[in-house]
Amino acid sequence: MTKKNRKVGVSRRGFLKTLGVGGAGMLIPSGALAAQERVPQPSDGELATLLDLSKCIGCGECVSACRESNAAKFPEPKKPFPEMIPASRAKPEDWSDKRDLDGRLTPYNWLFLQNVEVVYKGEEYDINIPRRCMHCQNPPCANMCPFGAANKHENGITRIYDELCMGGAKCRNVCPWHIPQRQSGVGLYLDLMPSLAGNGVMYKCDRCYQLLDKGELPACISVCPEDVQTIGPRHEIVAQAKALANKMNGFIYGLEENGGTNTIYVSPVPFDLLNKAVDKGKGKPHMKQVADVMADETNLATATLIAPVAGIAAGFLGLGAKLMKIAGSSGESKGDSDES
Amino acid sequence: MKARPYPGWITRLFIFAMTALAATGMMQMPLAKRYFISEIPGLSWTADFFIVHKLHYIFAILLLFVVALVVVHWLRDWRKQLALSTLGRTRVIILGGLIISGCLRVFRNLPNVTLNPDIVVTIEWVHLALTMVMGGVALAALIRKQSAYARKP
Ligand code: HEM
Ligand code: SF4
Ligand code: SF4
Ligand code: SF4
Repeated sequence: MTKKNRKVGVSRRGFLKTLGVGGAGMLIPSGALAAQERVPQPSDGELATLLDLSKCIGCGECVSACRESNAAKFPEPKKPFPEMIPASRAKPEDWSDKRDLDGRLTPYNWLFLQNVEVVYKGEEYDINIPRRCMHCQNPPCANMCPFGAANKHENGITRIYDELCMGGAKCRNVCPWHIPQRQSGVGLYLDLMPSLAGNGVMYKCDRCYQLLDKGELPACISVCPEDVQTIGPRHEIVAQAKALANKMNGFIYGLEENGGTNTIYVSPVPFDLLNKAVDKGKGKPHMKQVADVMADETNLATATLIAPVAGIAAGFLGLGAKLMKIAGSSGESKGDSDES
Repeated sequence: MKARPYPGWITRLFIFAMTALAATGMMQMPLAKRYFISEIPGLSWTADFFIVHKLHYIFAILLLFVVALVVVHWLRDWRKQLALSTLGRTRVIILGGLIISGCLRVFRNLPNVTLNPDIVVTIEWVHLALTMVMGGVALAALIRKQSAYARKP
């Protein structure tokens, strides 16, 4: 964070004043404005977080807090890992000896910082981007999981159940940001057919559900000295993000991405600049525009409603109604001898 | 093999839809790449989860059409002339379960729909288990030469 982008940023207090202080469910971390402080309630429905990138100083407090808050959930794999077949394709992924690695997403690091220097409109910006699961509104990682291990909850959290996950990494494959990370040697697959199916458990940010359940803030939000993040009902967060972007002449990421996410970034520089500048690769997500990957399925779902109606209509029109005259005897008709 | 009294194209469409659903259904699990299925010439698409997913939807649409058509005929006319075999009745029940659980999965995948995770897990495992049971019963029916669901009594 440079002085320059501090100029662009708005202090939380000033910002809240201009907004007339967020709606009833708006959540302001840390002590300063205790009167407005309110932890989201289940009745608030889908919760979203707002990340004001003009404020983040890249101190890394959130990264450490995430690890501490979630340490009990981290995998303790059994070694040696079971042999997997075929060995050339089913390769174990092991992060258990690299638990301290914090430069990317791993099963032991669900949040990391991307740092970029970009020039925009002749000004230099040093931007830090906390990256973790976006908590999509219609998450493909959950929709496509064939075991029901990944699920979206009513409060907007997408969580992977470690006791059900087989570690096939399909969620990572279908996630537009390839967020979930695999650790081999743990989970349900060990009790089934470890050599033939599964390869561990997938891990990612679960938005500190255990804290939210207790009425507390996710660790990365409460620890941040700059109050970069705000959490609240999505509609309020969206309104706040738009107001903030307006105020700083900035840009928003997450409103439309993958059909809408419950993580909204607001930045003083365009996201395509950030995307070009960030270090991308395994465990280091991009910031590209993302179309809704479930859009075709959403359309096809309408067809699953129409199909039986069409079938019923065709039935009443007599399509294929006529039974063949085989008089109960066997082996006469030819037409269908090809069936199983 | 016992002949079926109902039109052959209905049978063929049904068997095609079921086979295609079983194949694309299995491919919902991440095994095409691991087991080199996507390596087979012409089958590289099996490793694309989105393609396989959309195909599963499309074959489900086909199946729903055929099943609705047959149900209408059955209720209007066929039930007076035909009788379900025991294995036929068993498969009708399994099929009903597959369709209900499958449609619930489609419902769950809609934007703005968030089902309780415990319910989703149940739907998911019911669908997967019924697929396996259906495979078993279909095989049994084939061996006993009773693959027709219904016959003239
Ligand atoms: C109208 C009928 C059906 C519909 C609407 C339907 C729909 C679905 C959906 C949405 C999924 C989940 C895929 C995902 O989102 O990850 C699925 C999975 C699957 N389907 Fe179907 N399906 C139908 C019938 C069948 C039939 C008849 C079979 C087999 C004979 C079958 C086999 C499977 C299998 C093996 C899976 C993967 C396991 C699972 O996710 O539970 N489906 N189906
Ligand atoms: S704790 Fe806050 S300021 Fe520090 S890196 Fe995280 S988001 Fe940025
Ligand atoms: S960002 Fe990826 S892992 Fe997170 S909810 Fe969306 S699809 Fe799932
Ligand atoms: S919400 Fe919790 S799990 Fe997610 S990044 Fe923040 S601290 Fe980590």
